[in-house]
This record gives sequence, C-alpha cells and structure tokens, in this order.
Amino acid sequence: MGEVMQLKTGSEGIGVAGRRFTKVNEIIERHGRTPSALIPILQEVQEEYRYLPEEILTYIAVAMGLNPANVYGVATFYSQFSLAPKGKYVIRICDGTACHVRGSEKIKTALWEKLGLSDERKTTDDLRFTVETVSCLGACGLAPVVMINDRVYGQVTPEGINEIIDQIIAEEEGEKNAPEEN
Amino acid sequence: MLRKKTDLDRMRDELRDLYKKETARILVCAGTGCVANGSLQVFKALQDELEKHGVFITLELLAGEKKPGVTAVKSGCHGFCEMGPLVRLEPSGVLYIKVKPEDAPEIVEALVSGGPPVERLLYHHPVTGEVFAEEEAIPFYKNQQRNALANCGSIDPEEIREYIARDGYQALAKVLTELKPEDVCREITASGLRGRGGGGFPTGLKWDLTRKAKSDKKYVICNGDEGDPGAFMDRSVMEGDPHKILEGMAIAGYAVGADEGYIYVRAEYPLAVERLKKAVQAAEDYGLLGKNILGSGFDFQIKIKEGAGAFVCGEETALIASIEGKRGMPRPKPPFPSDSGLWGKPTLINNVETFANIPRIITNGAAWFRKAGTEKSPGTKTFALTGQVVNTGLIEVPMGVTVREVVYGIGGGIRGGKKFKAVQIGGPSGGCLTEEHLDLPLDFDSLLSAGAMVGSGGLVVMDEDTCMVEVARFFMGFTQNESCGKCVPCREGTKRMLEILQRAVDGEGRVEDLEVLEELALAVKDGSLCGLGKTAPNPVLTMLQYFRDEYLAHIAEKRCPAGVCQALAAYAVIAEKCKGCGRCKKVCPVEAISGEVRKPFTIDPEKCIKCGACVDVCAFKAIARGGK
Amino acid sequence: MNAAERNNFVLIDQQRIEVNGEKSILELARKAGIDIPTFCYHSELSLYGACRMCVVEIEGRGVVTSCSTPPVPGMKILTNSPRVQRVRRTVLELLLANHDRDCTTCDKNGRCKLQELADRFGVRKIRFGERDEKLPLDESAPVVRDPNKCILCGDCVRMCEEVQGIGVLDFVNRGSRVMVAPAFNKKLQDVECVNCGQCSAVCPTGALVVKSEIDKAWAALHDEEKLVVAQVAPAVRVALGEEFGLPPGEIVTGKVVAALKRLGFDKVFDTCMAADLTVMEETAEFLNRIKKGENLPQFTSCCPAWVKYAEHNAADLLKNLSTCRSPQQIFGSVVKRHWAKKLGKKPEEVFVISIMPCSAKKFEAARPEFSVNGVRDVDLVLTTQELARMIRESGLLFDQLEVEAFDMPFGLTTGAGVIFGATGGVAEAVLRTAHSLLTCKPADEYANDGLFNFETVRGFEGLKEAVLEVDGLEVKVAVVHGLGNAKRLLAEVKEGKANYHLIEVMACPGGCVGGAGQPVATGGEAKKKRAQGLYSADKLSQLRKAHDNPAVARLYEQWLKKPNSSEAHKTLHTSYQMRGRITGEEITLLTSKQENKINLAVCVGTCCYLKGSYDTLKKLMEKAESEGVGDRINLHATFCLENCEKGGPSVRVDDTVVSGVTPDKVESFFTENILGKLKIPAESQ
Ligand SMILES: Cc1cc2nc3c(=O)[nH]c(=O)nc-3n(C[C@H](O)[C@H](O)[C@H](O)COP(=O)(O)O)c2cc1C
Ligand code: SF4
Ligand code: SF4
Ligand code: SF4
Ligand code: SF4
Ligand code: SF4
Ligand code: SF4
Ligand code: SF4
Ligand code: SF4
Ligand code: FES
Ligand code: FES
Ligand code: FES
Ligand code: FES
Repeated sequence: MGEVMQLKTGSEGIGVAGRRFTKVNEIIERHGRTPSALIPILQEVQEEYRYLPEEILTYIAVAMGLNPANVYGVATFYSQFSLAPKGKYVIRICDGTACHVRGSEKIKTALWEKLGLSDERKTTDDLRFTVETVSCLGACGLAPVVMINDRVYGQVTPEGINEIIDQIIAEEEGEKNAPEEN
Repeated sequence: MLRKKTDLDRMRDELRDLYKKETARILVCAGTGCVANGSLQVFKALQDELEKHGVFITLELLAGEKKPGVTAVKSGCHGFCEMGPLVRLEPSGVLYIKVKPEDAPEIVEALVSGGPPVERLLYHHPVTGEVFAEEEAIPFYKNQQRNALANCGSIDPEEIREYIARDGYQALAKVLTELKPEDVCREITASGLRGRGGGGFPTGLKWDLTRKAKSDKKYVICNGDEGDPGAFMDRSVMEGDPHKILEGMAIAGYAVGADEGYIYVRAEYPLAVERLKKAVQAAEDYGLLGKNILGSGFDFQIKIKEGAGAFVCGEETALIASIEGKRGMPRPKPPFPSDSGLWGKPTLINNVETFANIPRIITNGAAWFRKAGTEKSPGTKTFALTGQVVNTGLIEVPMGVTVREVVYGIGGGIRGGKKFKAVQIGGPSGGCLTEEHLDLPLDFDSLLSAGAMVGSGGLVVMDEDTCMVEVARFFMGFTQNESCGKCVPCREGTKRMLEILQRAVDGEGRVEDLEVLEELALAVKDGSLCGLGKTAPNPVLTMLQYFRDEYLAHIAEKRCPAGVCQALAAYAVIAEKCKGCGRCKKVCPVEAISGEVRKPFTIDPEKCIKCGACVDVCAFKAIARGGK
Repeated sequence: MNAAERNNFVLIDQQRIEVNGEKSILELARKAGIDIPTFCYHSELSLYGACRMCVVEIEGRGVVTSCSTPPVPGMKILTNSPRVQRVRRTVLELLLANHDRDCTTCDKNGRCKLQELADRFGVRKIRFGERDEKLPLDESAPVVRDPNKCILCGDCVRMCEEVQGIGVLDFVNRGSRVMVAPAFNKKLQDVECVNCGQCSAVCPTGALVVKSEIDKAWAALHDEEKLVVAQVAPAVRVALGEEFGLPPGEIVTGKVVAALKRLGFDKVFDTCMAADLTVMEETAEFLNRIKKGENLPQFTSCCPAWVKYAEHNAADLLKNLSTCRSPQQIFGSVVKRHWAKKLGKKPEEVFVISIMPCSAKKFEAARPEFSVNGVRDVDLVLTTQELARMIRESGLLFDQLEVEAFDMPFGLTTGAGVIFGATGGVAEAVLRTAHSLLTCKPADEYANDGLFNFETVRGFEGLKEAVLEVDGLEVKVAVVHGLGNAKRLLAEVKEGKANYHLIEVMACPGGCVGGAGQPVATGGEAKKKRAQGLYSADKLSQLRKAHDNPAVARLYEQWLKKPNSSEAHKTLHTSYQMRGRITGEEITLLTSKQENKINLAVCVGTCCYLKGSYDTLKKLMEKAESEGVGDRINLHATFCLENCEKGGPSVRVDDTVVSGVTPDKVESFFTENILGKLKIPAESQ
C-alpha cells in the first residue's frame, strides 16, 4: 500500500488518515480475528494512532465480530490503553516502592509545575507532553526512574528532569525551523 | 538444525574450542539500567578501541581465521545497576563501574598491554575505601550464590551459541532421551523446588497434577508479569538469560504433555520481549523448539504475549483471561488451571525464576539443588534489594539467610549512617519486618509466620526517616489502583482503607478509625476473591502490629514521628544546631522565619505553610519537621 | 452404615448432610434448609464469584465462597461463623456506602435484594464516606439504567451476553472506577439493545428497571373524554397472582378482569383474540410461502425483542420474518381502526392500554409504523408488575375480588391464543390451524388426546423441533427461546446447515412467561409453573384452534374478508427496517477542500466487511490516486449504510447508495459513478 501514501490530496495531513486506516487493517489481518488477538491488535493500533479513537475501536469490533462493549471494556481495563490522544512525549514517572522511597513524588510535582499539568490534566494542550505515573519500570536499582517514550532515565532529580524537558523543547523548536522530513 | 542429542553435544564441544581462542572478552552490561546510563555508547567506544588496536574479533571470525583476539559482547544485568554502566573482563573477572565512553582507550590499553586494571574505575568500598578488582570479591557479590542468575551478566543473551557452549539445552536433551514425563515430575518433586512467583507452591506437585489431567491439548505458561513495584529479577533473567527459560518451559512441556507454551511479559519490559523473541527464533532455527525436537518426536512451540498494564494479570486466572483477549479479571478457583486453564485446557503456570531453576535441577540432580537453602525451602532465591541501603541491586542467596545478612552483609547497611527501621518484603502484598526480625531466616514459612511473604522477592529497606503510616498508605494506594474491581471486599474495601489511611496522613484521622481499619482489613483478607485482595491488607496489618504507636500518634496526637507527613509537620529550628546563616529566611515564601545573623533563627508556626523549603536549604540540618 | 456411605457426608453447622451430586456448597446448604445470601449467583448464568456474600468457613481452609466451592465429603462447614459474619456485614456496609440509598423513592423498594439483605444482616450504620459522584440516569429506553445503584454483580452482563447472545453491557474501567455500561457509555437506545429487559429481571437492585408509566395510565383513566380499553396478554394471567401471594402458574384471569374494571377501564379485552388473528394471518402467509417455496424458513414476528434483534443482526433474513404484526399491535389496529369506527369514535378518542409481560412491548408500541397520523394504535403498555402496583395503590384486595369475564366482542378466545405466552405456543397454534386447514383429517399422531397437542415444541429445552406432514410435504418446525439460542440457530440457517420451514423465536427464556415485566421470580421454577398454567388453560378451553374463534370469523366477515387480504395487509401486517448493527462516527480518510467534489462513503459494517468492503475501500483509494482525482473526493469509512440485505459492500456516492461494489467491481464503479460525476472521461489524464 505504499502508493496510497503519495496521494496528492491537496491539503496536508490528509493522506495520513487513509494510511493509518490501511495500517489498522494490516494489523488486524496479521493477527487474525480470533478474540485472543484483541489486545495485541489494540496495542499496535495505539502505537499507530497514539491513542484509541472510538471509531477505530468500533471498526475493530466489527472486523473481529465482537460487540463494541467488549472491546470498550478491554480498552478501559488496561492502563496501557488511552482513549484520549496522548502527547508526542509520554513521560512516565515511576512511583513504585523503590522510586517512591527515593523521592519520585517530588519529581512528579516538579514536572506538573513545569508543564502546567495535574492528576486530572495529563496532557499539555499542544499535545506535546503527557505525564503519567507507573508502578515500577523494573529499573529499581536506578531509583527514582523516569521513562520518556522508550528511553529510561535513572537517578533523576527534580532539577534534572526539568533540564531534560528543556532540552526536548529546545530540540523541538530547532526541528520546527528545519525542513519537514515527510 | 540439531537433529539429535549428539548433534548438540558436538556443537557444544566445537563452540568450546572456539571460545578457547578468545584471549579475552569484554562484557558490557546491556540491561535496562545500564542502557539507561549509556552503556551502549560505552560498548561502541570499546569496540572501536579494540579495532584500533587490531585485536577485535567476533565469533564468526574466530571460526574462520583461527587467529585469537578479544571479543566484545553485550550482556544481561549483573544486578548492580546503580553502579552502571558495568564492564566485565574475562577471564580476569575484573569489573569496572560507572564506565563512560571516554574511558574506553584506557580500559583497552590496560587489557591489551596486560597491565593492571584501571584503578579509578574499580569498585571502592564507600566506607573503608578498599579497592576490589574482581567482581566476585566485591562484598555485594561475595555472599551471593548465583544459580538462576548464573549466566546473567556473563553471557551474551542474544547469542544462543554462548548458551549452548555452557551446556545449554543439555537438560532438555537429557529429559528427551533418558527420562519419562513422570520421572521428570518426580525429580522436580524430589528437589523440593517451590514456586518463585510468590505463593511457594511445590512445583513438582503442580507439574504432576497437570500431567495427570486428561486432555487432548495442554499448555505451559511462563508468568513474566512481575508487577510488584520494586522487583526486577524476572526481568533480569528474561533479558539476561532467555534461553534458560525456554529450556525450562520445554522440559515442563515434555513433563506435563503440552506442546504449546506462552510467555506473558509485562508491557513495561520491551527489552525482555525483544530478547525473548530473538531467543525463540534462534531456538527454533536450531531445532531446539518446534517440531520433533532433537529427533525425540516431542513438539513444543513458544509464543510471547505482552501484557497491557495491569498488575492483577500476574494472578494466574487473570493472566489466562488476558491471553484469551479479555479483561484481566480473576475467577474463583477451583477449578485450578491444572484442570481448566487457557481455553479451558489443563495449563501449567510457573514463574520465570521457577523455570530458570529447572535446567540445573535436571542436570545436577535434586540432591544438588537441596544443598542450598533450608529443608522446606530449598535452593536459592533472587531478591531485589532497594530502598535506603548502601548497595541496591539484584541478588541471589540461599533461602534461609537472615534479613541481617542481606541488609548489612550484601546491602552494606543503611545509607548515610541512618538507623534501620523496617524492611518491606514481598511488595505491596507483603508486610514490614522490623528490627526484631533482623535474624529471621528468609524462607517461605518463616516469613508467613511473621505476617510477611516472600512474594516475588522485593526487599525495600527503610530507615528512620520513613513514616510507616505513609508507607502503608502508599501500598494501599497501589493495590486500590490495581484492583480489578470485580469483587466487593477488594474493590470497595481497599478504597475505604485508603480513605482512612489518607485521613491519618492528612492529619484528619479519627481515633475510632483504628477499629474500623482493623475490622476492614480482616474482612478484606478473608473475603476477597484473589490473592491481590487477600493480601492487600498485609502492609496495614503489619503496620498496626509493629508500628501501632506511630499510627496512634498520627490520629490521636496529630503528629508524624518520622516527620514525613506534610500536613502533620511542625517546622521548628533546633536552636543548638542553628548557625544563624539566614538562608532559610531567604527561601521562606511567607516570611515565617525571623532572626539575627549568627543567632538561632525561629519559625512562626502561625505563618508557616509547611512548604518544607527551609529544611532543604539548611546546610546544618537545623530545622526539624517532626513536630511537637 | 458402612464406610462408603459415611464418606458421602459433610457437616454443615454440625448437621450431617448427604452429598448427592450437588455442584456447590451453596446448593447443598439450600437442601439443608439454610438460605445462604447471594447477589451474583444465578443457576442459569455462569459462575462469577464476585459479591462474596455467599461465604462460608471450612475447617482447615478458611473462608471460601459457597457458590464456587464444590462440597467434598468430610468437609466441616460453618455458614454463620464470626468470620463469615464479618465478611458479609462488611460487604453490605461497603456496598451501601457506595450506593445511592434513596430506598423510599426507588423503583425496587420492597423487592430489592440489597435492601432485603441489609435488613436481614442488620446493617444499621455506615462508617465510610459516601459515593463520590452521582452519574446520570439513562432513561432513553424502556429499561432504565441507574449506575448509582449498581453493585457490579455482573448478572446483567452475563445475562445479556450468555443467555441473550448480545453483549450490550460490559464492565468498563478497573478498580473502584468500574461501571457496567454499554460501549462508550452510550445510551441503551443507541446500541443494539433489544429491550428484552432480561438484564433488569436478574438485577438485584434498582440499577436496571423497566420504565414505569403508571402515571400516564392514571391520567388516561381519569380523563372523562377517553374510552379506555385494556388488552391483557396471555402470560399476565398466570403470573400476576404471585404479586399477591398466590403460587406461580395460578390462573387469575377473572380477577385480572375484575381488577381492571375496578381501576376504571371501560372495556377489558383479551389479547388472545388478537393472537388468534395472528395465527390466521401467519398461517396463511406460511402456507403461501410453502406453496411458492420462497422466503423460507418463515420466522415468527410476535416478539418485538426478537424483531429488533433480527433488524440489527440478520438484515439478510428480514424478508423471512412473517410480516404479521404481533398480537398486541393487531389488537390495537382492530380496536382503533374497526371497533372504534363501529362505535362512531375517532381513534384518538379511544385509549388502548395493554397489560404485557415485558419492556420490549413498550418499545414496540412506540414504533412509528404503528401510529397513524400521530395516533398510536396502542397508547400505553403496562407490565404485569405495574398493574400489580396500580392494584395495590388503589387498595384493592386482589385475592378477594369476584372474578369477572372479558368484555365482548374481543373476549372470546381459543386455547391457541392462550399458549402464545409460553415458548412453543405460537408454533403450536400455527401448526394446529395449518394442519386442520390443509389436511382436514384427524392428525392421529399429534392428536393423541384428540386435542392437537404438539408436545415436542413445549417445554424449556433450548431448541425444540417438530415435523408434520402437510399435503404430502414434510414441514419442519423449530422453536427457540432466549436470543442466544436464536443466534446459534440463525448462524446455522445462514450457513445452510439447518433446514426448517417455520421457526418460532421468543427472546425471553421460557417465552413471555419469563418476560422482564413479570413478577420477580427466583430461578426457573416459577416460569415452568406459569407455562403449565397456560397449557392447562388451553386444555380447559372449549375451542383450541384459532380458526374456530367466532370473533375472528366475524372480523373476517365484516371487515377483513380473508387472511392476507389487502385490508389485512394494511392493518395487520408490517415491514421491518435495517438497523445499523453499530452506531459509530465515520472514519475520515480523505477530505477535499475543492468546490466540485464527491462525497464517498464505503460501508465497513459487519455485512459489508465480511463481503470484502475493506478491499473495496483500498482499491478506491488506489484508483483515486491513479486517476489523479484524490483531491476531489471526500472519502469516509462508515458503519452500515443500512443496505445490507442488498448484498454488500455498499458505497454511498453523494446521496445514492450503490450496493454490491465488490473489490473486482471497483474499476467499473469508479468509471461510471465517480469519473462520470466529476466529468472527467476516463481516458483524459
Ligand atoms: C495479584 C497477584 C499478582 C501476581 N503477580 C505475579 C507475578 O507478577 N509473577 C508471578 O510469577 N506470579 C505472580 N503471582 C502468582 C501467580 O498467580 C502464580 O501463583 C504463579 O505464577 C505460579 O508460579 P510459581 O508456582 O512458579 O510460583 C501473582 C499473584 C497474585 C494474586
Ligand atoms: S481481590 Fe481485587 S483483584 Fe482480586 S478479583 Fe477481587 S477485586 Fe479483583
Ligand atoms: S516550611 Fe516553608 S513556610 Fe514553613 S517556615 Fe519553612 S519555608 Fe517557611
Ligand atoms: S538555614 Fe539552618 S542554620 Fe541557617 S539560619 Fe536557617 S536554620 Fe539556622
Ligand atoms: S436499589 Fe435497593 S437499596 Fe438501593 S435505593 Fe433502591 S431499594 Fe434501596
Ligand atoms: S424505613 Fe426508615 S428511612 Fe425508610 S421510610 Fe421508614 S422510617 Fe424512613
Ligand atoms: S434489555 Fe436485553 S438486550 Fe438490552 S441490555 Fe438488557 S438484556 Fe441486553
Ligand atoms: S446493573 Fe444490576 S445486575 Fe447489572 S451489575 Fe449492576 S447491580 Fe448487577
Ligand atoms: S418473549 Fe415475550 S416477554 Fe419476552 S421480550 Fe418477547 S414478547 Fe416480551
Ligand atoms: S520501583 Fe521504580 S523502577 Fe522499580
Ligand atoms: S542493568 Fe547493568 S547491572 Fe543491572
Ligand atoms: S454468590 Fe457467591 S460470590 Fe456472589
Ligand atoms: S453493513 Fe449494513 S450496509 Fe454495510
């Protein structure tokens, strides 16, 4: 389906939806339509969209012959799944025991303050950052631990995390001025 | 493709000969912790440096050229992650800690020239200053006995040939060629191995039950969900020695009559998933998994399933539901999985570490396994030692060693010379042990009798600055958040227990809460459906048992003795310690601090908003928040 | 006593009880006369084990749930130990803390299990906080959902999924945030709920109840201008008594009539008369289809929950549904269109209230096709329970009422109409008429008591069958009840594995005797008794075949002429509508900003998906690109264009829907429907 990507659609970002939808189908076909494939399918689809839009969940239900209520039930059970869009950078602060006793709370407060977020507001308006807490990332030896997208940061301090964020913002700004990749 | 046992033997011998041509080997830890600290860059730098010296060689080159050289490989976690990135040299056993890419030239130079190791990169004892060159000599490692973790940190987990060279898959070959399924079960039973997933259920018995279940189809599941916060041993094994798990599972498959296995790995472990997938692929390529393994007629395939973020999916029936694509809610037992598990078929579920123990038991025999550990809890057990100890990390010790040996021997005592207060063992479902338990042996039964449990093996050490009420609240917050919400006692009960503990921490506790909390804890323990709810009250119950005064101080006197609970804090300058520097005054946002330079300052409790800023800036620790 | 015998006993509260194949301690304890409290245990649903009310203590094993633990000989069980009491009371206290406790104004007041058990276990104080937030009610459908009263026992979830095969409800979220809700928290009217109400029938609390419309009934009864007419469904007469302490299955027809009269109804008629009319129409339709060999199997259509189910899930089989209206609607039609006219009244001057066993009938009566010029054929539907409440409200002592007879002309009925209330009844009634109309010879095989009983379609088996010979043809009949059974049968029919001529479907297990508006019954026993009641009423009837009903004969004489006449078609038949199985936002794939553009939507609903609509979509996208018109197309993927029966995949081009656009037809479809419209000849690129 490479061709569809080059759709001359007149306005930007349009071809993307089509491409993603194609991807959803690919994912479903690859995993097959047995109920046990539901979770891996949702995982991959979320990777594609960064969240699980209602229409896509409905579509998956149709394709797999499940009732949408079951799909919705599964999607709301596991904390990995998000039904609201997440930011480009998902910051996961470990609040597992090891990290908690070494001050993960302070890191969270510092981040919330920096990004204007809270327990209720997890994603910044510009969809750049999402801050979540998780219990244990399995790198307890480095407590307190923060994971930003796929990268793990150990022995983080409130000041340290602010620096990392500043760095990301700086990189982002730089990128904006650079020519778009795709 | 290995078609029979002799193929495997021959391959092992050939590989051993090859490895003999290594003049030295550099192992760079590529566990999650070290990667986070930049070990991949270190690896690259070391590789470049070796090439510069013209000594770099790979397994492929060794096979072709006959020219000796130094290999460099990425290993799994050594358990001493805090000191990472770690670099180990073989055969010397030298361990470098906190290595940076810039250190590569020095390291390689020393290695190639045969000179002494780079001293500044060696482990220095934080108190005595003694320098340790060899990994095994470091106090952190000295008292350990590595069995399940044996290969972690000393082989390349992505290279099946290293595993084979170290007698990998020999146990499977032995089982397939020499033993009947019931013999295997008997051997495991004789070893006394108990499940390392927390419950300590006798593994041999479980295998035998599954073996005896009649069905056309059976499954083996490896539980790699490891949701306990503060625990990461299963992760290290999956990342550092994946083939051992595959071998253990295949042996189990043969013993119970299953031809299909699943490894359920939690979503937070992407590296483990990647390594396991590679390992399965390699094992299939070598004919060690798949159809007609080693010509025995035994088929066994393994699939990897990723969790999606739910602690309760570590519970076996919830895990099964999750593999089936459903909400991970436990169901009542009986029927047990050994009768009706995945898709209603008999299913054997064991923990990662349990499987990792299998190959050696088969190879060395049950009696060998029993040499370590106690009568009722034989063998070794891994623990994740974290919290306020000097050395944190992953350890493996014989069962039955005392808490003291772990905390003070391996862990090197409490950080910053503080006083030991408690150790939380078994994660959120375990309990706290105190000073009086320091000589308690760490084994399944002793811990249960003290109100704690081995659980998955998380050991969180707490010092005098820890508030036990806050800790109980923290664990309750965790279980409440992770409850699946199916049964009433756990869903509603943990919520209310949390409510009560939160009140205590917020300074709004009521005296009558004590009775309600206790009653609730007992009802939730008795009434819940699965282990999560049944054990959720443990931290509260041990807190009430061992630190009742501390709780009473919170609710009756509105005081947090450890000075942790913000709402209860009462900030005051300790006149004797105050040097009158005035820094605290500058940071106070509400001008609650006053005083003259070089004289003790004072805090006006009426104005103070308990922000804690002054404590952080006082270089003389002259401000206390413990209150009255 | 020998050792073997001794080994077969357990001790329950020191009492020796023999184990005799009981699956659970709960069952066994009930046998021993101990009623262990439960919320989530239902013999007809799968085991769930969540409420923990049923705990008992077993020596050496601690506290376990009795619903999920099989008794093992030798066990020593305590059903009321201090530990057991602590768990039960704590569970109740915890549930109540999180509960919107407005019992006095709650629909379930007095019949609520939570209330009953809280009382039984003496919970007098709640020491925890209140419910955090009050969630909105869903009153969109005849089943009203109040999440603030849900105790999450999951009974409704399993009922809808396991028994009804639908799965409208499921758990949402986790931990203390768990709720039971339809997908995406939608309203029941916006999902595939068929309004059968079976979920509410098992709900132990007021979280799911059938909507009450008593106020509207009183208003009509108190309205001097209106002639208020009642029709009473067959299943009501064998169940209403239970509300007043009479045993299930007792026939209280005469008292029902009397009560309705006392409540102020001007006329009280019997729905069974309309059922006889249904039989006439449906049999004629059936024999006609058999003759022509088309649209077989014929499905019955008198259960509105089943009809809606078919509209959602069996679009391609809708033509197989009998076009006959249900007895309730036929009755409405007859009264408003014929009887009223004879009285010189306009339809709006007559107010028809039906007394029905269920919620689906409320939905049916409100369907737009059953209104003429805004006047409904059936103005209001009350359930058996609602009627009982009105009787109580008015202070009537039900058991002391003098029996009265139905009013004429629509009080004359046959046994055929009466058995409509039980599963198999409709089929049996049709068989009786079909058989005697066609063969006109005593059917010895069936008439073993000379009474045309088709025993094989009776009873509570999930699928029942009968075969009879009609004009030398073997006619095969199937009867299913519970939509889960219907779902399985439908699948077989679609796959061509099941060959029947006539299929009766009733949504409720047991048929209307088990309707959700009936008195709350514990277990399946009451339903069976009610069905027995109907069959004995049938047996006592002088007339047992629909075509023998003189009232029916008169209607044909005076008005309808003959079955399936054009007048009959107009007033007694109906048509069905496709209902998108799923409502969901469309998925936008391409948006065009150009003026001159085409709106294109490809259906990815179930039917079309299975017929390859996804490949159609993919090809369309490719085609749009290769023709260079991608920027002039608004492309969507949509859920069901309600065109399923025409054979998918369906594609909507601006305002028209084209069906059958299989992937191989995309080429020609594109040229004709898109390039043509965009006025670009295919060659001109
Ligand atoms: C809430 C809960 C979480 C659990 N989490 C894990 C886990 O993460 N890993 C694990 O191996 N076992 C876990 N268990 C235990 C498993 O249910 C099961 O007993 C175990 O996997 C059996 O393996 P073993 O016999 O080898 O110990 C958990 C149990 C409960 C109740
Ligand atoms: S104890 Fe908790 S986690 Fe386990 S089933 Fe009950 S609610 Fe779910
Ligand atoms: S705690 Fe904060 S408000 Fe109180 S004295 Fe210190 S700095 Fe000031
Ligand atoms: S910062 Fe510490 S030492 Fe300095 S004035 Fe304040 S309390 Fe005294
Ligand atoms: S559901 Fe039951 S307990 Fe709740 S308010 Fe209604 S009657 Fe009362
Ligand atoms: S039962 Fe109690 S609360 Fe309810 S109406 Fe009567 S007095 Fe009021
Ligand atoms: S009324 Fe019937 S279809 Fe609707 S939710 Fe309840 S059980 Fe399901
Ligand atoms: S709505 Fe009723 S039946 Fe359904 S879970 Fe809630 S209380 Fe149980
Ligand atoms: S079977 Fe009867 S009671 Fe049940 S939904 Fe259908 S018509 Fe209503
Ligand atoms: S507790 Fe934070 S990584 Fe384990
Ligand atoms: S990750 Fe390197 S020592 Fe643990
Ligand atoms: S009835 Fe047994 S747990 Fe609900
Ligand atoms: S699914 Fe109904 S028209 Fe496509």
